[in-house]
Amino acid sequence: MIPLPKPLHDIFRPPPTPGVLAVFAHLDATIDAIKQLRAGGHTDFTVYAPIPRHEIEDALGQAVSPVRMFTLIGGIAGCAVGAWLTLWMSYDWPLVVGGKPIGSVPPYVVIMFEMTILFGALATILGILFNSAFAARRLGTILWDARFTNDKFGVFVPAGPGAVAAAETLLKGCGAEEVHRG
Amino acid sequence: MPDATPRVTYDYVTRTIARTLGNPTRGYFLLLGAAVALLAIGIITLLYLIRYGLGLAGYSHPVYWAVFITCFVFWVGIAHSGTLISAILFLFRSGWRTAVYRTAEAMTVFAVMTAGLFPLIHIGRQWYFYWLVPYPNERGLWPNFKSPLIWDEFAIGTYFTVSTVFLIMGLIPDIAAVRDLATGWRKKLYTLCSVGWRGTNEEWRHYTRGYLYLAALATPLVLSVHSVVSWDFAMAIVPGWHATIFAPYFVAGAIYSGCAMVITLLVPIRKLFQLEELITVKHFENLSKLCLLTGSIVGYAYVCEYFIAWFSGNPAERAAFWYRAFGPYWWATWTMIICNAFLPLLLWVKKIRTNITALFVISIFVNIGMWFERYVIIVVSLAGEPYAPWANAVYNPTWADWGIMAGSFGWFFMWFLLFVKNFPAVSISEVKEVLPPPRLAKAKARA
Repeated sequence: MIPLPKPLHDIFRPPPTPGVLAVFAHLDATIDAIKQLRAGGHTDFTVYAPIPRHEIEDALGQAVSPVRMFTLIGGIAGCAVGAWLTLWMSYDWPLVVGGKPIGSVPPYVVIMFEMTILFGALATILGILFNSAFAARRLGTILWDARFTNDKFGVFVPAGPGAVAAAETLLKGCGAEEVHRG
Repeated sequence: MPDATPRVTYDYVTRTIARTLGNPTRGYFLLLGAAVALLAIGIITLLYLIRYGLGLAGYSHPVYWAVFITCFVFWVGIAHSGTLISAILFLFRSGWRTAVYRTAEAMTVFAVMTAGLFPLIHIGRQWYFYWLVPYPNERGLWPNFKSPLIWDEFAIGTYFTVSTVFLIMGLIPDIAAVRDLATGWRKKLYTLCSVGWRGTNEEWRHYTRGYLYLAALATPLVLSVHSVVSWDFAMAIVPGWHATIFAPYFVAGAIYSGCAMVITLLVPIRKLFQLEELITVKHFENLSKLCLLTGSIVGYAYVCEYFIAWFSGNPAERAAFWYRAFGPYWWATWTMIICNAFLPLLLWVKKIRTNITALFVISIFVNIGMWFERYVIIVVSLAGEPYAPWANAVYNPTWADWGIMAGSFGWFFMWFLLFVKNFPAVSISEVKEVLPPPRLAKAKARA
């Protein structure tokens, strides 16, 4: 790994968070664990899954992703840029053709439409990357397993030395295949 | 949907698709070599065109839009079904799209990349390509936003950008999945490309939302792109071009040719990579149903065009369509009609729809037919231009036209082959999504 200078290192490489990582082979067991953790007052745990599932989202009770605001603002900005680009350039070089107005809006709608889509899509991508990176920063360095992109589900519960045993018992009780401490 | 046999588990899906990467076989190198050889022909032809000028191509008055523009429209059209399958069917929640959409989407990106080359070749002096970009300048070039050619530039530019980011976005979780199985330089490549994907609930939350919006943006985009391409012609007053039916006619034709190309590409890939359990006959049947639907719309548009030419009583329009069917290019017109409107009617028969070999053959004929459709619309309408019959000439493509066209196929297949060998050609996470998830309650019941 590339060494980073001190302030950057503190921001991008936070120290590992102590806690418990449970590996699940089954979706319903994972959901059971999520429900029990939430009932037990845990809020800052992380769920790993190879696929997105609505059951997991519902069990976590997550709010709708803020990506939609990025898309909306990007789209509106794109439309405005399309209108500005075409009208400004037309009036910048006022050449009358076929007796039509210099700033004819109907043909410019095509360009405004395309720019809406372009800016909207790029803003969506930025929104996904920004929000995911932001989430990753908040999580810090937590335990992870390479099988989570294949066929296993995982739950990581941050826990100090006093709470580790309780979290372990809870996760095992829900049907975790393995439990690791970190 | 893949057969939900107990054998097809999450792990099976990951490993089957990860197996398609790495250790290319001799057959793969032969195909790649053929593609590169075709590309070399194209490059040499282009060098000749640059050295001796566009006169080498068969342009003759009044046909100054010919094979290059035909190929441009052909490749843009090929691109469209990829977005149909990846975005529109995503919004429709069609489960079957998961196994085939990645191939279709990659095809979209590479087809637009191929199409983008043709306007550059067509302008003759590629080093002045920036003259096409509209901005206030000191060169005396007027940025005319009322021209459909400028709209086209925005449409194709947006389409290329959006379909590329859509493809990359869909790839991220899958690259992460193959990253965790890979070793050596591939591991490093996939680590870089997966941008740190771990599959956390936060990542999925933003990803799924964002993907939905990308699909929702790509859907109107794909319909707009070929409409704008059609307006390149429909906005002109050439009989045979100047028709209001052009936008839906072109969009249906584009999706039709694209679906045919997806079949043409998927048949060998499925065989080469042994993906029979993930890409089943059911998928091919659904693709051929899409072909049947869009092919029928295209057939209807043909009938409409001829009917309106007769019914309008416009002598120029009548002359143009008479020339099209019975003039010196009758063979191109009838190839188009037979390949696009009649041959696909065979797909009404379930036996043919579920026969992979028959589908492969039909899809190739549809590709040929759709190329000729653009040739007929562009070249034949110009050659038989009834407003100035004394200026008409019979246009014939030369070796330079064919060389560039061969090169475009080489360029497309080279990128496509490189893609399928280095990145998952079937979506790993989305195929898993349509499988029943592993449940403890079920496992206990079975035990």
